[in-house]
Amino acid sequence: MLKPPTLKLGVPSKGRLMEQTFDWFSARGVTMRQTGADREYAGSVDGVDGIALVLLSASEIPRELSLGRIHLGVTGSDLIRDKLADWPTHVAELAALGFGQADLILAVPAAWIDVDTLDDLDAAAAAFRATHGFRLRIATKYHRLVRDYLTQAGVADYQLIDSQGATEGTVKNLTAEAVADITSTGETLRANHLKVLQGVIHASQATLFRSLTAPMTGATRATLAALLDRLNLPPA
Amino acid sequence: MTAPATSRDEGQRLFAAFQAAGAVPVDTDILQPAELLLDLYGEDIRARAYVTQDPLRGELMLRPDFTVPVVQAHMKHGADPARYCYLGEVFRKQDHPETRASEYLQVGFELFDRTAPEQADAEVFALIHRLLAPLNLRAATGDIGILMAAVRGLSTTDARKAALLRHIWRPRRFRALLDRFAGRAPARPVQTLHPTDAPLIGLRTADEISSRIKALAEDAATPNLKAPEAAMLYDLLTLQAPAQSALTHLRGIQPLLPAIAPAVDRFESRLNALATHGIDTTSLPFEASHGRTSLEYYDGFVFSFHGPDHLPPVASGGRYDALTAVLGAGASIPAVGGVIRPALVAQLKAAKC
Repeated sequence: MLKPPTLKLGVPSKGRLMEQTFDWFSARGVTMRQTGADREYAGSVDGVDGIALVLLSASEIPRELSLGRIHLGVTGSDLIRDKLADWPTHVAELAALGFGQADLILAVPAAWIDVDTLDDLDAAAAAFRATHGFRLRIATKYHRLVRDYLTQAGVADYQLIDSQGATEGTVKNLTAEAVADITSTGETLRANHLKVLQGVIHASQATLFRSLTAPMTGATRATLAALLDRLNLPPA
Repeated sequence: MTAPATSRDEGQRLFAAFQAAGAVPVDTDILQPAELLLDLYGEDIRARAYVTQDPLRGELMLRPDFTVPVVQAHMKHGADPARYCYLGEVFRKQDHPETRASEYLQVGFELFDRTAPEQADAEVFALIHRLLAPLNLRAATGDIGILMAAVRGLSTTDARKAALLRHIWRPRRFRALLDRFAGRAPARPVQTLHPTDAPLIGLRTADEISSRIKALAEDAATPNLKAPEAAMLYDLLTLQAPAQSALTHLRGIQPLLPAIAPAVDRFESRLNALATHGIDTTSLPFEASHGRTSLEYYDGFVFSFHGPDHLPPVASGGRYDALTAVLGAGASIPAVGGVIRPALVAQLKAAKC
């Protein structure tokens, strides 16, 4: 028997983000569950026929969507904007899901009483470079979003340093002077003696995206229409 | 889409023309030391460079342009004066794959000459102008030196002049600073500085923080720019006219800021030199702000040649005296150069047929 054509839906594979995604769909009559053992990354979808659940790391979902290997995906709006160049040409936003909220912000040592705004950061960066002989270092994993934001604001004399984890610790460890990171409560920043600069780089939340590059057939188009109808979303 | 062979043929033709104009062909490595050179480009190119790690040589990048390595080679063992030309690929990451190539050919000409800089400006411009003449491109010219001279001549503190000069290449921030210094936008309120008991972490020291606070207090006590000077700067930022009319206009505002006189003299002598090369300066477009968003090493005459709006400039160039000082370890030499993108020349020629 031929395998029926399926619409692939990528969902974060673990933690709160997965649970909340399952809850969001379930509240709209689409039930998702992990199949097999707890740690097996396979799942099924009930409520609309012809959908395959693909469990993936949230950070891989942007790439899978842009390459067209999944048709739909749930991930943070920050990850889509940071990982994909010119993202609106690859994916379309279908719905903001109302959870997973976090702000991408810039933070500097709380002891820098002279720095509260981007203007201040720019002036401090100029003086820092003149004094230390290198550009003021900002540790982040969100290179594209942070660079675009600082370029837009005309900030100069900084450099981005890659930090994939424990970013708040880089200032104390003398590998950066400032950080750009996701925060929801600011707790970790305060514990590391950092304060948030005025302005949010991006207010992120979990979002359902549609790939604009994934191949569609009559059947997958019908499945997508049925799913959007069930989710009370406008037709794609 | 242009076939690569056509671009290369076009590149070879232009490369030969540069040699016929007296330039010595030079080559540079494709892999360049990133840490040493990346600092010299603006933010835009720094973000676009392909940087990679070499186990022996540290951070390397695929060359994003030829000018910096050519200047570096010249400052080490160049003759004086000197004309160089080159042909090869440059590499810049692009965010919009549909419109711009991330790897493309550049053919370029660089002229190092300390005797007559304006003659040199005119020589480079006229050479590229002549080579591209059949394409009927739109030329654009500017002179970052005039704007810099105007800022240096303001009757305000050195700190404010330095802040403006630092942002010459970032027009929006320059404008925001100017608005503040002219009293058109509010200054940063110094009274919001609250002492804190947070521990000082990181490399930036308490001294650095207190000297910035001192600088803020000094700036707050600095009177606004004089109204005629501020008006003159705003006028200069938007000055856009055929070159000869622009000169007349600049001569008109010169009494308000005598410090720009030497830069305007240079502008005039460049126009005279361009005229001797057969360039019609009564119609040549001039914009005082032209080139301010491109490479940060340009600090004098700047120019570009444009085809249809959806294409990048077909050619661009300018004067970069300060760069030779940075790379020359004490020595410096006035220098001007320009590049052409052969792929665009080939594409526009094909479209004409």
